[in-house]
Amino acid sequence: MINISAKNVDFYYGDFHALKNINLDIEKNSVTAFIGPSGCGKSTFLRLLNRMNDLIDGTKLVGDIVIDNENIYSRQTEVVELRKKVGMVFQKPNPFPKSIFENVAYGLRVNGIRDNKFIEHRVEESLKGAALWDEVKDKLKKSAFELSGGQQQRLCIARTMAVQPQIILMDEPASALDPISTSKVEDLIYELKKDFTIVIVTHNMQQAARVSDKTAFFYLGELIEFDKTDKIFTAPSNEATQNYVTGRFG
Amino acid sequence: MFSGFITSFTIILIVIFLFREGAGLFTAPNIEEGYVLALNNNNPVNKIDPEKIMDIFDAEITNWSQVGGNDAEIEVFRFSDITKYATAEELGSNFENIPEVLSNIIAAHPNIIAYFPEHYVVVDFKGRIMANGRITPASFFGGTKWYPTAQPSPQFGFLPLFFGTLWVSIAAILLTLPFGIAVAIYLAELADSRIRRILKPIIELLAGIPSVVYGFFGLVVIVPLIQKVFGLPVGETALAGAIILAIMALPTIITVAEDAIRTTPRAMKESSLALGATHWQTIRKVILPYSVSGIMAAVVLGIGRAIGETMAVLMVTGNAAVMPKSLVEPIRTIPATIAAELGEAPTGGAHYQALFMLGCILFLLTLIISISVEFIARQKHKQSI
Amino acid sequence: MTENSKISRNKKMSQNIAFWSFRILSIAVVGILFWILGFILVNGAKVISWDFLTKVPTDGMTGGGIFPAIVGTLCLMLGSVVIAFPIGVMSGIYISEYASNNWVVKVIRIMTNNLSSVPSIVFGLFGMALFVNTLGFGDSIIAGSFTLALLVLPIVIRTTEEAMKSIPDSFRVGSLALGATKLQTIWKVLLPMAFPNIITGLILSVGRVSGETAPILFTCAAYFLPRLPTSIFDQVMVLPYHLYVIATSGTDIEAARPMAYGTALVLIGIVLIINLIANGLRRYFGNKVKTS
Repeated sequence: MINISAKNVDFYYGDFHALKNINLDIEKNSVTAFIGPSGCGKSTFLRLLNRMNDLIDGTKLVGDIVIDNENIYSRQTEVVELRKKVGMVFQKPNPFPKSIFENVAYGLRVNGIRDNKFIEHRVEESLKGAALWDEVKDKLKKSAFELSGGQQQRLCIARTMAVQPQIILMDEPASALDPISTSKVEDLIYELKKDFTIVIVTHNMQQAARVSDKTAFFYLGELIEFDKTDKIFTAPSNEATQNYVTGRFG
Repeated sequence: MFSGFITSFTIILIVIFLFREGAGLFTAPNIEEGYVLALNNNNPVNKIDPEKIMDIFDAEITNWSQVGGNDAEIEVFRFSDITKYATAEELGSNFENIPEVLSNIIAAHPNIIAYFPEHYVVVDFKGRIMANGRITPASFFGGTKWYPTAQPSPQFGFLPLFFGTLWVSIAAILLTLPFGIAVAIYLAELADSRIRRILKPIIELLAGIPSVVYGFFGLVVIVPLIQKVFGLPVGETALAGAIILAIMALPTIITVAEDAIRTTPRAMKESSLALGATHWQTIRKVILPYSVSGIMAAVVLGIGRAIGETMAVLMVTGNAAVMPKSLVEPIRTIPATIAAELGEAPTGGAHYQALFMLGCILFLLTLIISISVEFIARQKHKQSI
Repeated sequence: MTENSKISRNKKMSQNIAFWSFRILSIAVVGILFWILGFILVNGAKVISWDFLTKVPTDGMTGGGIFPAIVGTLCLMLGSVVIAFPIGVMSGIYISEYASNNWVVKVIRIMTNNLSSVPSIVFGLFGMALFVNTLGFGDSIIAGSFTLALLVLPIVIRTTEEAMKSIPDSFRVGSLALGATKLQTIWKVLLPMAFPNIITGLILSVGRVSGETAPILFTCAAYFLPRLPTSIFDQVMVLPYHLYVIATSGTDIEAARPMAYGTALVLIGIVLIINLIANGLRRYFGNKVKTS
C-alpha cells in the first residue's frame, strides 16, 4: 500500500535548482533510507514531505507530493494538520527548555488535549515505545537538558511518537551520537516499523543497510536509483550508485 | 598595554572623584556652615532634629512642647529680623554693637530661637549655642525630605528622589514592554527581509535622537496632552516622564530582545512545528521560554537606561521632590536633581557634596544593573520547566 | 464539526489575533517615530533659513540664529574625536591583537561594558570634578571634549576590536611570514583593512557627542554667549543645551518656541546625516559594525 507518492517534483531555492524531477513511491510501514553525498538534495526532499521548507524564503515547488491520497501542497491542506500526521526527528537532539514530561506532552498540549490522565498515559506509552521509560521514569520533572545526547534523541523520538503520526521523517538522527546510542536508536527504528512509515536520511551506509527496506540514492538533485536495500548495496544498476556505496566518492 | 585598561582606569577615576566629593557630605554640619543656632539659657531644650529645625523656621512647629520643651510659643529670630528688635543707634554706626545686641536679645526673650552668623558670637555670650550635629548617613539614606537650600537646616533626604527615579523608570518599562516585545517578535519571526531592512534603520534612528529633543517633544506635545486628558493643573508629571522614557527605551529593548529571540536554534523551532504546533504556539511555548533570559536582560538594560536618563526627564516630570504617590503628579529623579541643582550649589558646600553623593548612588545603581545584565544573560538554558 | 477541526480553528484564530497585534504594535512604533520627526520637521522647517544658521541669537534668545551653538557643537565633536580616537583605537587593537590572557580580556570587556552603561550625568559630575576643578581647565571646550571623549570611548574601542577581529588570520600569518614584525603587520596590513569599520564607529560616536547634554552642563556649556570661541579654554554655546535653555528657562519661553523648533530640527538633521553616512559606509564596505 502506497503511503507517500512524489510525482515530477522540482524544487528551487531562489535560482538554485535543488531537486530535479523526482518520482518516488514509499510504502506503508516500511523503512526507506535516503543516501547520497552532501548537498545532493536528500534532506531537502525529506523536508518537503512535511512542508518544513515552507519556512525558507524564496523557495518554489513544482509537481505533486501525495500522502494518503491527499496532495499536501494543495490549497486546502492544513499545514499544521499535515505535520501532526508526518512527524520529524532532527539531526541534533533538540529537546525544548522544559521538563522531560513536558517535552513529550508538548505535541498533545499544542493540539488542544487537556485531559491530564490521557496525557500521562500517552507520555508513558511513548517513552516506553522509544525505549527510554526505564531510564527516566523517576525524573520526569527534571529538565530535558540533563539527559545524555543519546537519551535526548530518544526523547525527541518519543516526543514525535506521542502525537501518533503515520509517518516519521528522520534527518540523520544518529549522526551526532556515540556508537552505543546509535545502535540503540537503530534498534528503535526497526521496532517502530510496525506502527509507522519511516523515512530516514543518513550519511552512514552501514546504517542504511542495517535499518532500511528500500534505499534511494540522490546525486546532484536527481534521484539516481531507488530499489530494495540489498539490491542497492550488492547489485546497483547505476554506476554512480555503485561508486558511492563502495566508497569511491562522497 | 596601558591603552587596554583605559576603561578600567576611567571607572576607577570616576569612583575616586565621585566618592571623594560625595563622602564629604557626612562630615558637613547639619546647619548651614558659618552659622549658629542659639537659645535662651533657661530653655530646657538641648537638641532638635534637623528636620524639626526646618519645620520651626517654616512655622510648621510653633510650640516648644512639640520638640520636648515647655508649653510656650516659639519665637523665631532670623538675623535679618535684628532691626525689629533694635534701633539703628543701638546697632552702632558701623554695626559694631551687633554681637552685644544679639546677646542681649537672646537673654531677654526666653522662647527665642535665633539663627545668625557665627562670628557675631561674643566671648561672654548670654545665650546658649546649640551643639551642631553632622549630616548622618541615616538622615541621607532614610530621609524623606529633599530641601537642599532650606535655612538654617537644609534637608538631604534621598528617598523621594530614589523612589521618584524607580517610579518613572518602572512605569516606563511597563509601558514599553508590550511594544518592545511585539516589535522584537515581529522582526525576528514574522517580518520578511524587505520589511526588516526598512524597520531596523528606523529603530536605529529612534536610538540616535538626542534626549533633549525627546524632552522638548515631551514638553510641547505630551505634557499638554496629559494635562488635558486628566484635567490636571500641570501636565509635567511622572506619567509624562514615563511615556518619554518608554519611547527612548524602545530601541534598546527591541534590539536586545530580537537578538535573544534569534538565538533560539532553528531546529528547536522546527521540531515544535513538526509536532503540529502553529507558529504562534511555537513562539509562545518554545521560542519565548528559550530566550527568556535574553529578554530579561533587555528589560533590566532598559531600566538601567531609564534610571540614568537626565535631560528628557528633567524637562517633563515637574521636578517636585516628593515621595511618589501617583503617576499624574510631578516627581523628581536623581539625575534630574543633579542636573538642575549642581549649577547653583556652591562648590565644596554640603549641597554640592550631596549632589555628588547622588552621583555615586546613580553610578552604583547602574553598575549593579550592568553586572546583573551580564549575569542574567549568562544564565541561558540553565533554567527550565 | 468535529472536535479536531474545532481545535484547529481555535489554534489558527489565536495565532491570527496574536500576529495582528504584533503587526499593529510595530506599526504604532513606526508611527511614534514619524510623529516625533514629523512634528519637529513641520514646525522647525518654518524657522530654518540661512540667517538662522549663520546669525547669533538676539532679543533674549527669541530671535536671530544659532550660529554660535552650531560652532560650539562642531568644536566638541572635533575635540572629543581627537581625544577618543587614538586612545580608543589603541585600546581596541590591544584587546584584539595583544591581550592573550582570557582573564585580562574578560576584565577589560566587563569594564568597557560598565563604562558604556554609566549615565551621562555621572560623566558630567566626573568631568566637573576632574577636568574643571582638579585640573583647572575651568568651564571650557577642552574640559567638555575630554568628558565627552570618555563617554564615547567604549563605542570606539568596541568597533575597533570588532573591525580587527573580522580580519581573517591568514593576513596576519601571511605578513608575519614575510618577516614583518607584529607592529608592522598591524600598522601596514591590519589597520588599513579595518579602517572603514573603525571610521564608521567613529562617525557613530560623533553622532552621540552632538546630542549629549548632561555631560556638558557643568563642563563647558554657556547659557548665552553671542560670540565665537577663541581658544580651547573658552566656554561655548552648544545645540542640545541651547535647546534645553530656550525650551525651559529662557526670558520668554513662548516667544522662543520657533527658535526651539529650529534648533531641534538642526539636531535631528545632524543625527540623520550621521546615520546616513554610517549606513552608507557600512553598505559600501559591506561589513557590519555593531553599534549598541
